[in-house]
Amino acid sequence: MTTRSYVVVHETNYDYEYPVGLSRQIVHLEPRSTSFQTLRAHALRIAPDAEILGTSVDAFGNPVTSLCIEADHDSLSVRAESWVDLTARDYPDDPSTPPWDAVRARLAYQAGRRPNALDLEAARFLFESTRVRNKRELAEWTAACFPPGRPLLVGVRALMQRIHTELRFDPTATTVSTPVMEVFERRRGVCQDFAHLMLSCLRSMGLAARYVSGYLLTRPPPGRPRLVGADASHAWVSVYCPDYGWVDADPTNGVFPSLEHVTLGWGRDYDDVIPLRGVLLGGGDHELEIKVTVAPASDYETIFGERSELMRAL
Amino acid sequence: MSTASKSLLSEYVPSASRYDEMVDDIQIPRPHWRGFLSHLATLPMETMLGRSRFVQEAIASDGVTYNVYADPKGTSRPWELDLLPLILPADEWRSISAAVTQRARLLDAVLADLYGPQQLLAEGLIPPALVFGQRSFLWPAQGITPPGGVFMHIYAADLARSPDGRWWVLADRTRGPSGAGYALQNRMTLSRAFPDSFRELQVEQLAPFFRDFQDSLYRLSPTAGEAPLAVLLTPGPFNETYFEHSFLARYLGFPLVEGQDLVVRGDCVYLKTLRGLRRVHAILRRLDDDFCDPVELRADSALGIPGLLHVIRAGNVLMANALGSAVLETGAFAGFYPALNERLFGEKLAMPSIATWWCGEAPALEYVVTHLDELVIKPAYPSMQMEPVFGHKLDAAGRARLIDRMHRQPHAYVAQEWVRLSHAPTWGNEDGSVVSRATALRVFAVATPNGYTVMPGALTRVAPQEGDVVSMQSGGSSKDTWVLAGRPVARVPLRRPRLGASDVATSAVDIASRVGENLFWMGRYAERCEGLARLLRAALVRVADAAPQSEPALRSLIKVSERLELIHTEEEVAEIASAETVEVPVVVAIETRFVSAVVDPKVAGGLAANVHRLHSCANQVRERMSTDNWHVFNRLPQRLPGPKATVSSALASLDEVMLACVSLAGFAMDDMTRDESWHFLLLGRRLERLAHVTAMVAHVLRLPPAERPDALEWLLEAANSIVTFRARYRRAPELLPVLHLVVFDESNPHAVAFQLRELWLSVERTAAELGREVTGDVIGPLALALRNVRLEGFEPEEGSVLEASCKELADLLGRAARAAVGVSDELQRRFFSHAGTPAPLGQGKARRPSEAWRAARVSKVEKP
Repeated sequence: MTTRSYVVVHETNYDYEYPVGLSRQIVHLEPRSTSFQTLRAHALRIAPDAEILGTSVDAFGNPVTSLCIEADHDSLSVRAESWVDLTARDYPDDPSTPPWDAVRARLAYQAGRRPNALDLEAARFLFESTRVRNKRELAEWTAACFPPGRPLLVGVRALMQRIHTELRFDPTATTVSTPVMEVFERRRGVCQDFAHLMLSCLRSMGLAARYVSGYLLTRPPPGRPRLVGADASHAWVSVYCPDYGWVDADPTNGVFPSLEHVTLGWGRDYDDVIPLRGVLLGGGDHELEIKVTVAPASDYETIFGERSELMRAL
Repeated sequence: MSTASKSLLSEYVPSASRYDEMVDDIQIPRPHWRGFLSHLATLPMETMLGRSRFVQEAIASDGVTYNVYADPKGTSRPWELDLLPLILPADEWRSISAAVTQRARLLDAVLADLYGPQQLLAEGLIPPALVFGQRSFLWPAQGITPPGGVFMHIYAADLARSPDGRWWVLADRTRGPSGAGYALQNRMTLSRAFPDSFRELQVEQLAPFFRDFQDSLYRLSPTAGEAPLAVLLTPGPFNETYFEHSFLARYLGFPLVEGQDLVVRGDCVYLKTLRGLRRVHAILRRLDDDFCDPVELRADSALGIPGLLHVIRAGNVLMANALGSAVLETGAFAGFYPALNERLFGEKLAMPSIATWWCGEAPALEYVVTHLDELVIKPAYPSMQMEPVFGHKLDAAGRARLIDRMHRQPHAYVAQEWVRLSHAPTWGNEDGSVVSRATALRVFAVATPNGYTVMPGALTRVAPQEGDVVSMQSGGSSKDTWVLAGRPVARVPLRRPRLGASDVATSAVDIASRVGENLFWMGRYAERCEGLARLLRAALVRVADAAPQSEPALRSLIKVSERLELIHTEEEVAEIASAETVEVPVVVAIETRFVSAVVDPKVAGGLAANVHRLHSCANQVRERMSTDNWHVFNRLPQRLPGPKATVSSALASLDEVMLACVSLAGFAMDDMTRDESWHFLLLGRRLERLAHVTAMVAHVLRLPPAERPDALEWLLEAANSIVTFRARYRRAPELLPVLHLVVFDESNPHAVAFQLRELWLSVERTAAELGREVTGDVIGPLALALRNVRLEGFEPEEGSVLEASCKELADLLGRAARAAVGVSDELQRRFFSHAGTPAPLGQGKARRPSEAWRAARVSKVEKP
């Protein structure tokens, strides 16, 4: 079985104009373990000292940490270091998956029928959510990829490719709060926008799909060293395929993820798995710096110039 | 003689196709109305008209209002209460009460399942769309078991009676329904309008219901042995039912709070009071679920309490109702309740819901499309903000559009049978005529340790005109609802008719920090407006006369105004001018700069901006002011001239602003009640005046010696001491007597020494009253240092000694100005924000105060 080991370092630094007197944050930075991903080690380092109110699992099964800082501080830094092992995923053959319209019918409610437990769980991801819309225009646009009777994954792959080719990756086009319908109209955005659009298309067709937050392994230009903080958070979608499970699809890159996508967690949309969300008192304006490094585990020392304290402790 | 009963019976025309609450098919009064009607028979029409006026006056004097957002008459308008009650007999009420109890138990159990094991979804008894598709289903609340396992502490069912006389449930109110307070207020008013019949008819009392409610909240609260503190959480005065929030809070004895009054420390939530933090054990909320905690729910909510969900999860506060209970507000569940009640309790539902079809089921959609004329279409998700559509009112195109929408998103629509509501006689206020109007009942139930108990009475809502829309939002009226007990009723007074000596005591309840904070800033801004107005007048008078001898004085005035950020600096003016590519002659520029300082709210340190801040603070503490006092505040912004003001119109309005500010100072000292919070108003005034006067004098002292003499006259004017100076010395201003008057003279209320002394006393008095230290020992040493300054050092013949004295004094005054800011921050931290105040569990450390609090506060005031 093919496996890979990675280390992910995700640093978030805020510099505030005025001191912050109170800060409460919810952190989604610990990769969850799945059938294809094992979390070997994880550490969260926060400066200034924070009171950890609790670590738990949210309603969608993601690990979550909540923290609070009650002393005045001018900056906040959160560093998450995670070591994961990935194994190659077995995707079903696209044509062997059930017809998409049969899946839709199976997920629809019928009085007096006891739903299959996995179908019921998938129903959490069947409807509109804060950032995912259920729209006629989207259903019409998506219909071309889902002619009647087409196997689900054939349709999903076609939709993924369509978004990949027809939308332009453009970090200047959108912000974190751009509505998905605007992304659709302007046909440009970043991975988060593409994921929300694909989710909106799938749910408009009556299919269950969830938002996956994570990281992508990037390759430095040939002959150049891997740099600290050169990577970014990534996002893609996962579609419910009855009798198989969930199938990931990355519309930004036009691939079904396997050994280069590290999963953090999932939810109905970005709002359920925001890496760091919270409330401050004071602070005024702020400057934000996010540095993400994703690398083969063996490269840690080369990149950071020292051994990982976390791994040393283990 | 014309009597009310005669007009009721002879002239009343019941609706032919509806059930009439008062008379039967052949216009014979129903038995349970006979007692009331025979009482009315004894009353002359004049008496009835008098009682109708009494009802209206009672509503006005109790200040009962209902806010209507789109109301051209303004945001609040008087509550409408009909003179005639709705009467229901004992046996009929027993079955209504039993049905509502049963339904409340069912809905509470459904909530417990949805936020717990979700077994009902697994069994296919509830469509996932109605839960997972509902924005009001709160995933962050999933898995939380509230104290005692109760989700719904108060519930209301909207009931309607169909033409055959049967009762139906129209809607369920599960989030924390409004109306119980209005029902109580209606009872207080109407039982005084008809004291005799009320007693003789043996009408059920409402007071025990509210006592049960209060008692159950206390009992269920996780108090850990402490005396329970429950609060009523309101979104604020702009909410449509704010009157009810404040009325209920007073009636139940719960402090009325907004989100900013509460703070989470550690695992508990606290009420911020001027005496410190007090732990809150129960929150009766009128705030929407989503807005309660910006950390985990809607991030853009400024109304909530950051971290509240953490406290709820820790089991340390009771929320009534539990967060997430709004999920059952949709009518789409109605069709599933009969099966759910059978499954959970093995009982049939005693009262049916109005026939309801959730279009997410294919056969239901088909039925709805073919029977559109008999149905009312509503959104399955209340967040859709769609008004109910009566199918029979649609034209062909409208029908086609609606059907198309339903086919595309069937799960988003619900259809309900169109009920012909029962009618009841309604009093026409002016002429004593009686008309027949559609009515619906809102019946309330509260959770007690022995299950749900129903209020023996209801809020009856009346359609404003013919038709079936009963909603206070669309201008309807209301009725008191009399449930006949059929047995002697123990008389429980709703409120004590006379207050005893023990009730007259001063406020024993802690005062919320927000009140002190707003009064503090009100004091600061009022004083700031007055100080700025005087300074600006001194400048504009000199701009206006354009005399050459005014120029030196004007030069120093420009400098001090720039320093106070009252006008833009020359560089900024140049920047603005170049940005707008307009050539501005220098003289015009000075004039424009000072006029802008008066009228332009964009000048951050200017008068207009501060007047608006003052008005906004005052608005938050309106209930603390006499009507006259409030009127002065309310008219203040209108005294500023428009953006096209000239020097002379600006001067005229400065005089008006100053007069208004002087009367505000008078109200502050002589009109407002001197409770704990009043001290903060006073502290704010003193601190601001200290900061302002010290800044001006220090500036003058730091001028080059040759420029100083020309600045003395305006300094006296700006420090409101010119008249005293002239009366004392009868000569042109000189440095030493001017400094004596505006700095050292403790008898001059505008002098620095006077501010320091009064501030010192004020700080000590406040500390004694609150039993807490107010600020470190900073004011006293400054006051003493000022007393030790030798006046001889300022004699003109001293030369270099004079210059050294000026510098020393300027430094001392600079220290005083900084101390004013420091004390202000300290008050903010200790009494208002309670920043760094350790929770009683011991987390958190006291830290140095910071300007950030001030910045945060200012922005909060501007954007409430």
